[in-house]
Amino acid sequence: MPLIETTGLRKEFTVRRKAGRFRRRRHAVAAVDGIDLAVERGEMLGYIGPNGAGKSTTLKMLTGVLSPSGGEARVCGLRPVAQRTRLARRIGVVFGQRSQLWWDLPLRESFRLLRYVYRVPSAEHAARLAECRRLLDLDEFLDTPVRQLSLGQRMRGEITAALLHGPEVLFLDEPTIGLDVVSKQAVRSFLADLGAAGDTTLVLTTHDLADIEKLCRRLVVIDHGRVVHDGSLAELHARYDSRRRVVVDLDAPWDGTPVPAGATVETVAADGFRVTFGLAGGTAGDLVAALAGTGSLRDVSVLEPDIEEVVARLYAEPA
Amino acid sequence: MGTVSTVLSPPALRTGMALAGAGFRRWATYRQAMLAGAFTNTVFGFLRTSVMLAVAAGAGGVAAGYRGPQLATYVWVGQGLLAVVQLWGWTELSDRVRTGDVQSDLLRPVHPVLSYLAADLGRAAFALCSRFVLPMVVGLIAFDLYLPHRPATYPLFLLSMLFATVVSFGVRYLVNLTAFWLLDIRGVIMAWLLCSNALTGMYFPIAFLPGWAQAVLWYATPFPSILQAPVDVVVERGTAGHQATVLAVQGCWAAVMLAAAVVVQRRAERRLVVQGG
Repeated sequence: MPLIETTGLRKEFTVRRKAGRFRRRRHAVAAVDGIDLAVERGEMLGYIGPNGAGKSTTLKMLTGVLSPSGGEARVCGLRPVAQRTRLARRIGVVFGQRSQLWWDLPLRESFRLLRYVYRVPSAEHAARLAECRRLLDLDEFLDTPVRQLSLGQRMRGEITAALLHGPEVLFLDEPTIGLDVVSKQAVRSFLADLGAAGDTTLVLTTHDLADIEKLCRRLVVIDHGRVVHDGSLAELHARYDSRRRVVVDLDAPWDGTPVPAGATVETVAADGFRVTFGLAGGTAGDLVAALAGTGSLRDVSVLEPDIEEVVARLYAEPA
Repeated sequence: MGTVSTVLSPPALRTGMALAGAGFRRWATYRQAMLAGAFTNTVFGFLRTSVMLAVAAGAGGVAAGYRGPQLATYVWVGQGLLAVVQLWGWTELSDRVRTGDVQSDLLRPVHPVLSYLAADLGRAAFALCSRFVLPMVVGLIAFDLYLPHRPATYPLFLLSMLFATVVSFGVRYLVNLTAFWLLDIRGVIMAWLLCSNALTGMYFPIAFLPGWAQAVLWYATPFPSILQAPVDVVVERGTAGHQATVLAVQGCWAAVMLAAAVVVQRRAERRLVVQGG
């Protein structure tokens, strides 16, 4: 049985629009428009979409914060809104732009308080905290009030706070937003280890597609409240005919030398000294061997398919 | 019944105590602000005591049943209680609704009303140790205050302060909950400030009003239970039976306000729109 299951999940918001000098008309806007989703225990799911697609709204319905306008949702076998308090003990939530820590208290105090709030046995709490302290390097700012932490430090604190009660599912809503490269890597590496352990199901929404590439085997893309892709990253590349690219620098301008089947010239730049080939079939080795025969090959680089480009094409499709 | 036993279960009480402790420590962080507040309350204590003693003198020594020392105690206990019941300026919940941070409250396995109440009781405990004690010490040194004659009054006063804090919390929480509908609650806050100043016994003792107005305020509104009630208990206005009546009224209002907060919270959550995405 899936750990997270939704059927026709919908959320409508009522907005008022001007319809005259003094009149306002109410309109129902569907933020989430019939999402069917099944997530198995231990999965690492990337849940992405453009701004306003309904990602955060879905997460809020799955965590019991928002009541759905229609459809069904089950998380850990519980109905999120009706059984929110019970569900809260079994899930962890990290919102990149919000804090669940106590602003005026040191991080250590927040963690201690969460032990009582979630009623976690002392030994379990201590063991999990020790693990997070080691993996997320918390010790240097454990006694600093939350209001004085940098964004990267706070986010490491937020992730720890969400894990101290041993949740079955961890929802992460843009956990790397605004972080510097080092903090992003620390957070990604920690989440990758957590997911690899297999005890915690991860649902990650983000606009940083590097998060998805590094963490998620399965990708659900939504747009205008509907699922437009549900599958692996490789399937997404296949769907959009993503190609690896080979960029070659030449000693002489490109003269149109015949190239192996499957390779096509995409761009010719730098007065013909730099050529970019797309590979729809064949290997980069075949192409390089063919070019080496001309005697003008100076340098070669191979570029993997660009996820950002694929997702941009997906978002640009009419819903 | 089940809900009450759940709330009073040992694990729930431990959670409540931990949240209250956090509330205490959180407010203890800002010691300079505490000292500034206590100083201001003390200065106004001198001004108000002078006015009240003049009123008592003008009324032949007894005004509306209060003697001079009782009126002086009314002023200084009131000045100390201001911070304990947090009569003015609590918009934390409405701010969290406005910014969308309220969703973090809803993601915890503790009812938001209980969570905020526990933290508020912790805050009140810190205010009792600091903002209440400092002006009272000054008042005791500078004026002839009325001290209770009946030993039972001291624990009853503590109980009355507890009820007063809970009633005040209930009203403040309801005022803040209106943010779920209004977002900008400045108008509601203004109405609350007007009531909290004029109808709780802050400006003048409720007994200065006509009998019918006193009855309406005591029984039909929670306001006298927030400030006038603990003051009347500590100055032993009326008999021990009157003290018991005052405490019973406060207890009823505490229960009503908490129940109202829970009901309105449930309705508010149904119409929650998380601001800021």
